[in-house]
Amino acid sequence: MTAVEPDTAWRLHPQVSVRPEPFGALLYHFGTRKLSFLKDRTLLTVVQGLADAATAREACEAAGVAAEHLPTYLRALGTLAESKMLEERAA
Amino acid sequence: MTLVDVAPPPKAMRLVDHFELGLDAPICLTWELTYACNLSCVHCLSSSGRRDPRELSTEECKAVIDELERMQVFYVNIGGGEPTVRSDFWELVEYATAHHVGVKFSTNGVKITPEVATRLAANDYVDVQISLDGATPEVNDHVRGPGSYDTAIRAMRNLSDAGMRNFKLSVVCTRQNIPQLEEFKEIADRYGAQLRLTRLRPSGRGADVWDELHPTREQQRELYDWLVAHGDDVLTGDSFFHLSAYGQALPGLNLCGAGRVVCLIDPIGDVYACPFAIHDEFLAGNVRGEGGFRTVWRDSALFAELRSPQSGGACSSCRFFDTCKGGCMAAKFFTGLPLDGPDPECVQGYGEQLLAQRAETTSIPKHAGDHSHRTSPPRPRSGIGPVRLTLTRREDLAAPPVSACAEDPLAGFTAPAASDLASSEPGADRRHQGGTRSDLA
Repeated sequence: MTAVEPDTAWRLHPQVSVRPEPFGALLYHFGTRKLSFLKDRTLLTVVQGLADAATAREACEAAGVAAEHLPTYLRALGTLAESKMLEERAA
Repeated sequence: MTLVDVAPPPKAMRLVDHFELGLDAPICLTWELTYACNLSCVHCLSSSGRRDPRELSTEECKAVIDELERMQVFYVNIGGGEPTVRSDFWELVEYATAHHVGVKFSTNGVKITPEVATRLAANDYVDVQISLDGATPEVNDHVRGPGSYDTAIRAMRNLSDAGMRNFKLSVVCTRQNIPQLEEFKEIADRYGAQLRLTRLRPSGRGADVWDELHPTREQQRELYDWLVAHGDDVLTGDSFFHLSAYGQALPGLNLCGAGRVVCLIDPIGDVYACPFAIHDEFLAGNVRGEGGFRTVWRDSALFAELRSPQSGGACSSCRFFDTCKGGCMAAKFFTGLPLDGPDPECVQGYGEQLLAQRAETTSIPKHAGDHSHRTSPPRPRSGIGPVRLTLTRREDLAAPPVSACAEDPLAGFTAPAASDLASSEPGADRRHQGGTRSDLA
């Protein structure tokens, strides 16, 4: 699992549907028919903010992720990118 | 399925713990659209065959889809019966996918013509699951009926030719087909399909054939090893979590999702905790009721109970309880075992012990509403088999015995030429053949 670069820009894949749940969220990709679970509400906020933030780092900061936790969240985004839940866009 | 976990443990709750408490909406649900079916599979979990006059209308189905869209249910597993025999089936599939509810439907393939296959391949939001319970016609047709193997293979060829990829080849594992796992994989690979193996449950007509069809203990081990070796390549619908007690957990959530993350809507709108538990005991409500499906899912007393912490009962002292959770509720229920004890196929053998100890008087719950075909003659099956008999005459009797009150003036009289006359009767040969056949069968 590789973390996403902090200064790259991302968005949810258009075929992905997000359903918030008390523990975090469920993500479902209609193209790959894969399900993912976000085990954290902050991560959900990050994911939802990706499209409007200039970079992945900005999305994390806007969601209130402290600097020391940034690498953890970038790794989580990396996992989502690997399963095609996220796609990179021009920064 | 991927888990995206930001912070390593310690966490107060594992994800499955959350699931055991239930979700705001099911992750996916099974929706049986009709009890009508062109086949009469001996193990049908919904005892399907004849349509029920109370089945949901097209408009009612669309209202359910609207509600699933509002609840963000990602996809429904549509089944039956044979769902494609509903005249509005394709209309409902189009409606669901246009409303962001993905559809995966199970079919025996009867309606999957090349034209239909082309249409399905063009819709990203539709997935197809072809049922096949034997890798050879002999094994499959014994359970699913004559010609059903060819129908399924033709459907898969049509889907493959139309460019559909990763549709599912769905197999219910039985004593007869577990030796064919590799062959199933080859068939799936040949048509670009993904293999899906599920567990035989003693539900519906499955209860009648469970003793004969369910895998032996040795086969369960064989199946487990095969699943571990094939990992994520093979889907199981999480149905073999009772096998996790062999050691390493199988891929999947490994929990009973009934009423927590899954449920069943049956053709008349009744909502049950799971597709394998069509019985009043597991009936949570009906989508036609006030508040619709959403209210049933969120407020039914039955679902609230299923989401409350469960006692392991007799299983809590078993060191494997954490992995197998006591197994499948429906399998226990329909074999007459207590719900808070071992699964009838418990890999430690505790279920078999309990089955053997069941009192003769134990009443086994019956499926709620049998829609089996009444007109089709039951197909010959193995088991006890035909009664072998040979029709002969007693050698010590020259003529049929004469009863004391016989009034026939010719009683006891044998005409010299009678045997010649009898053999010239045209029917005599055929009768004799009939007798021979019953001997050989």
